[in-house]
Formats: sequence, structure tokens, C-alpha cells
Amino acid sequence: MSPSADTSVVTDGINWLQHQRNRMIVLMVMAAVAMVIPLVANNYMLEVLTNAWFYTILCLGLNIVVGYAGLLDLGYAAFFAVGAYTTGILTSQFGINFWLTIPAAVLCSMLAGIIIGGPTLRLRSDYLAIVTLGFGEIVRIIARNLEITGGASGLIGIDRPSFFGIELSQGIHFYYVFLLLAIFACFVSYRLQNSRLGRAWQYVREDEDAAEAMGINRVGVKLYAYVIGAMFGGVAGSFFAVKMTAISPETFTFAQSVLILLGVVLGGMGKIPGVIVGAFALVLFPEIFRGLGSMRMLIFAIVMLIIMLYRPEGIWPRKQS
Amino acid sequence: MSTLDIILQQLANGLILGSFYALVALGYTMVYGIIKLLNFAHGDLYMVGGFVGFLILSAISGLLGESWAAIVCSMVLSMLAVGLLGVIIQRVAYRPMLQAPRLSILITALAVSMILSNGVMAITDGEYLAFNTDLSFDGLDFGNVFISYTQLALVVSASLLMVILYLFVNKTLYGKAMRAIAIDQDACKLMGINVNRIIAMTFFIGSSLAAAAGVMAGVYYGSLHFSMGFVIGLKAFTAAVIGGIGSIPGAMLGGLVLGLLEAFGTQIPFVGSEWKDVFSFGLLILLLILKPTGILGKTEIERM
Amino acid sequence: MALLEVQNLVLSFAGLEVIRELGFSVEQGTIASLIGPNGAGKTSVFNCLTGFYRPDSGRIHFNDHSILRLKPHKITQAGMARTFQNLRLFKSMTVLENVMSGMHCRTSTGVLGSIFHTPSQQREEELIRRVSEECLAFVGLLDKKDRHAGNLPYGDQRRVEWARALATKPKLLLLDEPAAGLNHDEKQELIELILHIRKELGITILLIEHDMGLVMKVSEKITVIDYGKKIAEGTAVEVQSNPKVIEAYLGSEDEEDLL
Repeated sequence: MSPSADTSVVTDGINWLQHQRNRMIVLMVMAAVAMVIPLVANNYMLEVLTNAWFYTILCLGLNIVVGYAGLLDLGYAAFFAVGAYTTGILTSQFGINFWLTIPAAVLCSMLAGIIIGGPTLRLRSDYLAIVTLGFGEIVRIIARNLEITGGASGLIGIDRPSFFGIELSQGIHFYYVFLLLAIFACFVSYRLQNSRLGRAWQYVREDEDAAEAMGINRVGVKLYAYVIGAMFGGVAGSFFAVKMTAISPETFTFAQSVLILLGVVLGGMGKIPGVIVGAFALVLFPEIFRGLGSMRMLIFAIVMLIIMLYRPEGIWPRKQS
Repeated sequence: MSTLDIILQQLANGLILGSFYALVALGYTMVYGIIKLLNFAHGDLYMVGGFVGFLILSAISGLLGESWAAIVCSMVLSMLAVGLLGVIIQRVAYRPMLQAPRLSILITALAVSMILSNGVMAITDGEYLAFNTDLSFDGLDFGNVFISYTQLALVVSASLLMVILYLFVNKTLYGKAMRAIAIDQDACKLMGINVNRIIAMTFFIGSSLAAAAGVMAGVYYGSLHFSMGFVIGLKAFTAAVIGGIGSIPGAMLGGLVLGLLEAFGTQIPFVGSEWKDVFSFGLLILLLILKPTGILGKTEIERM
Repeated sequence: MALLEVQNLVLSFAGLEVIRELGFSVEQGTIASLIGPNGAGKTSVFNCLTGFYRPDSGRIHFNDHSILRLKPHKITQAGMARTFQNLRLFKSMTVLENVMSGMHCRTSTGVLGSIFHTPSQQREEELIRRVSEECLAFVGLLDKKDRHAGNLPYGDQRRVEWARALATKPKLLLLDEPAAGLNHDEKQELIELILHIRKELGITILLIEHDMGLVMKVSEKITVIDYGKKIAEGTAVEVQSNPKVIEAYLGSEDEEDLL
């Protein structure tokens, strides 16, 4: 599966996509399609697609950590959990309006990112991976055992929010909510990638020492990546809580973190279109092959291994230079 | 029970737990020492070892029953099989990745870990498997402190394996080559050492020690589950870090320290057992932040 | 007052002293050199100056401030830039992007600015690009700015490193064996470039070098170290005739007899 094996049609297509104007056209068409799909889709399809947009947000968030800054985070579900529980607790137990809980969720996930990232981001990458894994498990166990989080059974009966008087309760509502969030996440990712900070991430990823010698605060820029990634997870979790109306600790397992990571790796670390493709593959694959059941994660793991061995840049083609 | 009795009993429990941790930690430390790879799949090799041991035991129980002889026999065979599996994993998944960025090889190791655990999950349908043995429940009874012969045998065999490993690494030419590669791989190539072979051998030894621990755990706890590798993997890694990753005596020491800490940790009042893992992971995180070189690890050149 | 002043610097690894009681200074506007045989501890000195190693004791004053316990990025911010002995470019990035890294510590756009493209962010991006292109033009690589750094010939890669260091707007430039791997003509160009940097940009230069010819031609003051200790100091002529230096480089008479 070397790049030379790409058919010339694909190469031409990619070259064509290199032009800013052409890329905008494609994006507009895709956005338009995404907007009108609910008019023709049935409820099941809508649910699956909503889920795909949801994973797109999570994967884009993790992509900032893994793809841009090159840090392996094996506990990303923890930030998603922090967001979901913040909204869940504030709405169901304190009766606070959903929209007001979003800033709180963002703040809490940011704090969680700073608390875990601050002292650990100077560690070697493999140690960091283990620390994030441990942190993910700690968050889940805490959620399982505290009273305020509803223990092992979690929180139920989280109120659906209303938006200018319309109660967001139908599938189509959440489809649009998650679509808009995903578009916003793409926008933010794109802008960050092509910014001073985005370049700093790339410098640090390529050569930490050289980056530091150029005056870049290695730990500082990593912390930015970590905290921004955490915020993506927090926001996604917040909306997840009101969409599901119930959350339980078992949603936020290590397997969940690995799944999100898989989406990032599958499509191509650091590439926004790749990550979107990865997130969709993650959601659509088990829906298309329903008979697989418990084999799902096994197949995902095998795919992940094959990708790493033969095409570490992911399925999305690399830029032609 | 007097305080002294509690201390003695927890000491015994801690030693048993610690010898499991030490056996698994050895594999982490050896692989890390030689190719600087954190082998996420190592805990899963322990789990696979348990299942392979169970399979062999069931196959030969008609012949030898489920006695000590059968258990030892299945443990040795499981060690060989899992050792080979470790070598295959190294050859297929890790060797092509050694020059790749660290992130890639870590993700590869994660993928291997997921393949092993989910593979066993698919085969066993996610069920617990009873590991039946007909070992007696007798043991040494010191009044309030009780140590079963099974526990005693497990600690003795774990110690035996570690002594053999220690002699192998320090007294044989292969062991010398292993230590040399850990220091400078390129120089070893120039000196005509078959580096790939020694790395494969390291994986074989590390994996088979994990398998031995897996079979022992099956005997001790009486059941097996596909997810059992995950937590012990983390804890053994903690043990390896406590001792100083890359150091073989460090892994043994770290395993014992962690085993004892956990055993005595259960005696802390007001802390329920559901918080046990939070305690261990928290300890790991603190350790990595405060003293990443561990007790016996070499200090690296200090960077600011 | 000297721009850089090092006193009683001591660095040891696992009990072995690599730098012993080293002291030297670099005056504003000069070109100084640090030389010594292989393994004398030259690069270790650089790593102490730039914050990559933590010395056991001593004083390092740069521009009247102690930089002894500062992190590398803070030291770069304070105005000291370095190149590496083995090239350390960001290989998969373009030449221009490489050089833009130098401007990072001279700019300040944060997350929100990046996302919303505020006017100040746009001005800064333009500034980063302009300064980087100027630095590339200075080393003569502007026409290759969009190439991938890893694909350039060795000599050009060295120049990218220089441009990158210049983009941090340093007061003092530390060059770690800049002539290593260059042929005769390239060395001549290098000498011109070094002199040019001081003359045009007013940057003080400290270099580590093996190539005695080059050192003698460009530097006003030479510090010779061996086994981490200073053994001689002075102009090229003074150092060349110093018996200790000859001994360090050629070995003592007795050793020669043994051979």
C-alpha cells in the first residue's frame, strides 16, 4: 500500500484538492450534503450519523494532542467524562440550565487537563502514555464510587435542553447540534494547525531539543495542546449527556479511549479530513457488519496494527510536495 | 488477631502478590532495557500464559491428573508457547518499527495488546474460566497466621525462576550480550554480536516469565479472564518503575515492594477496596513525576 | 563588561568531572572561539551555556543577568542562539517553516488570536514571514524557501540552521563546529558569512571548532580547554605557540617516543 500504488486518478484528485479554491468548493458541497441528509434519512440512519459527528468532535480533540503535539494520550475518555458529568450533575442535581453548564464543563475539563498535564508533560512519551492511562482509570473509578456521580449506575433523567423555546428532543435536532459542533471543531483545528502555536507543536513533535533551542517552551506548548484537546472532549461530553439523558461510568473506559485513538490513527494523525474519515469508519463499520459482535474491537485492533506497520500516515493520502 | 499476626499474615500475602508482580515486571524491564520499548502487550502475555496453561492442563489431566506434576508440566509448556508468541510479536510488529517515531511504536504495542486481549475475549466469549486443580488446602498453621502449601510453592517457584534468570544474565555469554546491547546497540553490531537474535531471546525470556506468572495466578485465584492482563500489566509496570526501569534486580525488588504495599494498604482503615486501584495508579503517577528513575535505576544526565 | 562571562563552571556526570573550574568571557562585538581536542568538553560547555545541562556550580552571566538555572527556551529568549553539531533541522518541514521557528520567542499570538485571526495575529504572521525571509536572504537561501529542509544538500542544511538561529534575533550566536563536513570552498564561504554576521548584524559570536585554520582566521580571542580545564587563552598567535596547547593536541614528547 505504498503511495506509488495510489492510482493516478487519486493523485490527480489530491493535486486538484491542493488548490484553496477547489478545496472550498468541495467543502461547501459536503457541508450542503450534510445539511440536507436529515430530510431523506430515516431515524436509524440519522442516529448513526449523529454518532459519527459526535466521534468526529472527540477524534479532532484527541488529534490535537496526538496528531499535532505528538503526545500519546490513553485516557482521553476521562475529559469526555468530566464534561458529561459536569453537565449531568449541574442539570439534574442543581437544576441549572443546560446552556450555562457548558462553560462549567469547559472549565472543569480544562482544569483536569492542567492538573494531569502540568506535572507530567515533561516526562518521556511512554511514561506519559501510562500516566494518562492511569488517570483515565482513576476518573472512571472515582465516578463509579462517588455518590454525586450516581455510583456504578450513573446519572439518569438528565433534562433535555431547549433552544429558543424548542425542546431539543428529536433525533434531527441532535443531528444538527452535533453537525454544527463538528464543523466548529474542524474550523478551530484548522486555524490552530496553521498558526504560530500549530507550528510550535510541529517543531516540538519533530525535535524537542531543537525546538527548545529556538526558544519554544516545550512543556508550555504541550500543555496548550493537552488543555485544548481536553476542552473538545469536555464540550462533546456535555452535549452527549443531554442527548443520552443518562450517563454511566462504563461509557468512559479505557476501551473508549482506545477507540477514539483508533479513529485518529486510522484516518491519519494530524490531518483533519483523515480524522473525520477515521471517526466515520469507527461508527459506520460496526453498523455495516452487525454480525461481528464481540469481534469488533479485535478487528479494529488488527486494522490499527496493519495501519501502523504499512501506512503509518493513515488512510488519507499525504500531501504531495 | 494480634497486631503482630496481622503484620505476619499481610507479609505473607504481600510476598505472594509481590512475586507475581516481580515476574511480570521482569519482562517489562528487560524489554525496556534492551530496546527502550514500553511493551503494552506484556500484561496480555501474562493473561495468554494463564489460558495456555489451562488448555495444557486440561489436555494432560487425563494422564497426570491435576496434581503438582501436571501443573509444573503445563507451566513449562505454557512458558515455551508464550515465549515463542513473544518472539513472533517482536519479529512481526516491533522489529520493523524500531527506527520509527516513538509515538508509532507505542501505538503498535497498544494494537498488539488489544489484539491479544480481544482475541481471547472472542474465543472465551468474555466468560470467566474456572482453573480447577486438586491441590490440598493444607498448609503451615501458626496459630492465627496461615500459609498454604500452594502459596509456599508459588513463592518458591517464582524465586527459583528469578534466581535462574539472575544467573543467566550475569554468568553466561548470552546474558553479557544482553547487557551490552542495552548499553550500545551499534557497538555490539560492530563487535559481531547478533543483535536481532539477542533481542528475540530477551522477548522469549520476558514473555515466558509472564506466562509462568499467569499460570501461577490461575492456580492461586482459581479463575481466568481475558481482562486480567490489563491491571496486572499496569501494576507490574509500576513495580518496574519503583525498582528502576531497565534494572533486573530493580524489577524483583519493585515487585515485592508493591506487593507488600498493597497487602498492607488493605489494612488502612476507612479506605474501601474499591479505592485500591486508585491508590495503585495514584502511586504510579506520583512516582513517575517525582522519581522516574526508581530505587535502582541509573540516573540519566540531568536536563533542565 | 563582557557580554558573556563564565566563572568556575563545574559539570559532572555520575561523579566524573567533565568541566572543571572553567572560566572565560566573550566581549561584546567580538568573535571568540573555544577549542580543544576531542572529548575536551567543548560541547558540554555549550550545553551548559544554553541550559541543556545543569552545571554543578559556577556562574554564567549573560548580558548582566545570571542564566545559570534558566531553561533553554528562556536563554534563547534572553538573546543567545545556537546551532547543533549534528544538524537538528525539522526535516519534514519547509525551509521557511524551519526559519519561522526562530521568531516564535519574539511573538506572542495565543490560542484565541490564532482561531479568530485577530488583526494583531495577522500583523504578527506577516512579521514572522518577513523576518524569516530576510534571514534566509542573508544566508543566501531565499530561492529554496519552499523546499523540504531534509531534501537539501548538507551545506544548505547548515545554512538553514544559521538562518533559523538568526531569526531568534540573538545578541550572541553559539556555533557548534560549523565547519564540520564542509569542503574547502564551503569553508571559505563560511568564514565570510561569520564575518558578515558580525559586521552587518552586530552579533557577537562564540564558536567551537576543530578546524584550527578556520579558528585562527576569524577569531580575536581563543580559549583552549583540555579535560574540561582551561589550558590557554589569547590571540591565535599566542595560543599557537603555547607549549601546553601543542602538548594537548599532539600529545607529549614521551608519548610520541612510545609510538
